[in-house]
Amino acid sequence: MLKLDLDDLSFAEGGHVLLRHALRSVDVGQVVAVHGAAPALSVHVAAWCRGEGHSLVTADGESAAEKDAVVTIRRGSAESARWSDAERAGTPSLDGVVERPKASWGLAARGASVERGGAAFDFRLNEKRVLWADDAARLYQQAVAAQWDPQSAIDWNAPCDLPAEVEDAVVQVMTYLIENETAALLVPARFLSQLHPHFREVMQLLAVQTADEARHIEVFTRRALLKRDLLGLSTVGGQASLKTLVDEPDFALSSLLLSVLGEGSFLSLLWFLNTHGPDPITRQIAQLAAQDEARHVAFGMAHLEHQLAADPSLLERMRSAIQRRHDALSSTAGLNDLVYDALIVLAAGAWTPAAIRTGFQRVADLVQDMHSGRTRRLLRLGFSDAEADELSALHTKNFM
Amino acid sequence: MTSKTLILGAVAYDPKVVTIWDGFKAYFAERGLDFDYVLYSNYERQVRGHFEAQYQVAWNSPLAWLQAERVARERGRVARAVAMRDTDQDLTSVVIVKTDGGINAIEDLKGKTVGVGAADSPQATLIPLLHLAEAGLEPGRDFEVKRFDKLLGKHGDHIGGERDAAKALFAGEVDACCMIDGNHLLFTREGTLPANGTRVLAQTAKYDHCNFTVLDDAPTDLIEQFVTLLLAMSYDDAEVRPLLDLEGLKQWKPGRVLGYASLERAVARFDTLAPFLAELGIR
Repeated sequence: MLKLDLDDLSFAEGGHVLLRHALRSVDVGQVVAVHGAAPALSVHVAAWCRGEGHSLVTADGESAAEKDAVVTIRRGSAESARWSDAERAGTPSLDGVVERPKASWGLAARGASVERGGAAFDFRLNEKRVLWADDAARLYQQAVAAQWDPQSAIDWNAPCDLPAEVEDAVVQVMTYLIENETAALLVPARFLSQLHPHFREVMQLLAVQTADEARHIEVFTRRALLKRDLLGLSTVGGQASLKTLVDEPDFALSSLLLSVLGEGSFLSLLWFLNTHGPDPITRQIAQLAAQDEARHVAFGMAHLEHQLAADPSLLERMRSAIQRRHDALSSTAGLNDLVYDALIVLAAGAWTPAAIRTGFQRVADLVQDMHSGRTRRLLRLGFSDAEADELSALHTKNFM
Repeated sequence: MTSKTLILGAVAYDPKVVTIWDGFKAYFAERGLDFDYVLYSNYERQVRGHFEAQYQVAWNSPLAWLQAERVARERGRVARAVAMRDTDQDLTSVVIVKTDGGINAIEDLKGKTVGVGAADSPQATLIPLLHLAEAGLEPGRDFEVKRFDKLLGKHGDHIGGERDAAKALFAGEVDACCMIDGNHLLFTREGTLPANGTRVLAQTAKYDHCNFTVLDDAPTDLIEQFVTLLLAMSYDDAEVRPLLDLEGLKQWKPGRVLGYASLERAVARFDTLAPFLAELGIR
């Protein structure tokens, strides 16, 4: 018979931990003799055992272990019954990612042993083929390593004395960026809440992606308010374009429209601001944001390539989605003049006819650069030259 | 609802009661027993409802069992306990004092104040007071009783009264307090009582708690099916386990009534049933 000596440890101080462990070490139906000197030990052990489904044995006092025992306990079957049919939620490694994790695994860590009988969670995104990217783990590691602190990563005291018209243009561009980055935060956040946590690496990556956008919103806001008390204008056309992104319910199509085409175009815009920004702060925040956005585009591409490999018909759905979004936005103004003009003034850097000519040319080059980037990515996804060119041209004039 | 529906009466001592009986309803339905329930806010109305045939099986507190059993006897009827939880068997209550309070034996409570739970709580009031009375100290005469009434009519199913009595011990309002054994462990672990700050002055003999009660006119076939299905509920079954966890048991047991002897002596000694019986015209 197993003897457990609790010394003077009471059940109010954790004595049950040692008893539970001792009971686990004997078979169901076998007994453990509990010794100890804590006051009320017999009262507490009896009450605890009743709740746990163990029974008290009337001691016959014959064996040595039982002699002087405070109480002798026969192990009940409840705990082993609870875990006998538990199920492993895959295995922790990437090889353990299953095609369709069970809803009843819920929030359990991948590889955990899950008790049966729990309520099923409603995770709408629960199929590996529609959300996985083999690159997700690597991209997540990269994203974590590349996190930056807006306070210390940017030299907020750098000189920033622009002509009033150029400063106004910067404020307007920042206002536009904030609105777009807000869409880029909310869209993955909404999918994140529908994602089965079994796909841990994708979940983590989307979480960091939303955190990236939170920082972008912070630095763009801070730059806008550096010299001004108010932000710029928000237009119906701009928001209509973003609303089509927020409203897209399909994860793959959302990846295409937001991550590949939208953030892909934004990547060009941010590098443009990095190159032509009129002050060092604007140039610096654009660079940091562009590095993050490049990862977002990479995940969108990786995820779509993974899904296309299994389901080539996705290409046709992607074509329709681009067309549909174009049609939905055909009656709106597209990128409004005031944002477009602000970009020109920003890239001009000065309020002179010659500078404006330069700024205008730079923005024209930017639009061309965005188109080439989109076309290149569409080609990589499997569209033909002509299709890629045509579909890129249908992309929203709002850039994102 | 048809005449072949078995209806249970239960007291809503906590919102989870609805979850529990809805769960049982589904469990029984899947196994061919048409089961439903009605909830009462107190056991007295539930016991009266039983004799007015508002339902056929009661989930009774030990005091409600004695009430039903007594009314049945007065009216030439028979009440039976058909099933109970494993955790309803062999409970004890304890009388607790402060470790350094200078009370070392039951006799030391003479002239002192003892905190108890609700007036109708078997575990926190009636059975421990009987224990002290049978040890020679008559409540109200040899020591003062301070009641912590919470939710009268629920027969102490709500542990608030016991917790208030325990707090009163350390507020200096009472010299001892009474509670079910498991609550002493609970209150000490949660910090309501300081670890090693209290001592068990007395422990009552074992007694039983709730049971499913039926009267002699209950539909035999439905009751038999009900009890059979209850006893078949297995903790091994993942569908059933959450229900058992919620109701606080590992296994249903056939009903037994030998564990109500001390409560019966308590209600006789303190004349606890009189007001309820008087309402029914029983003296």
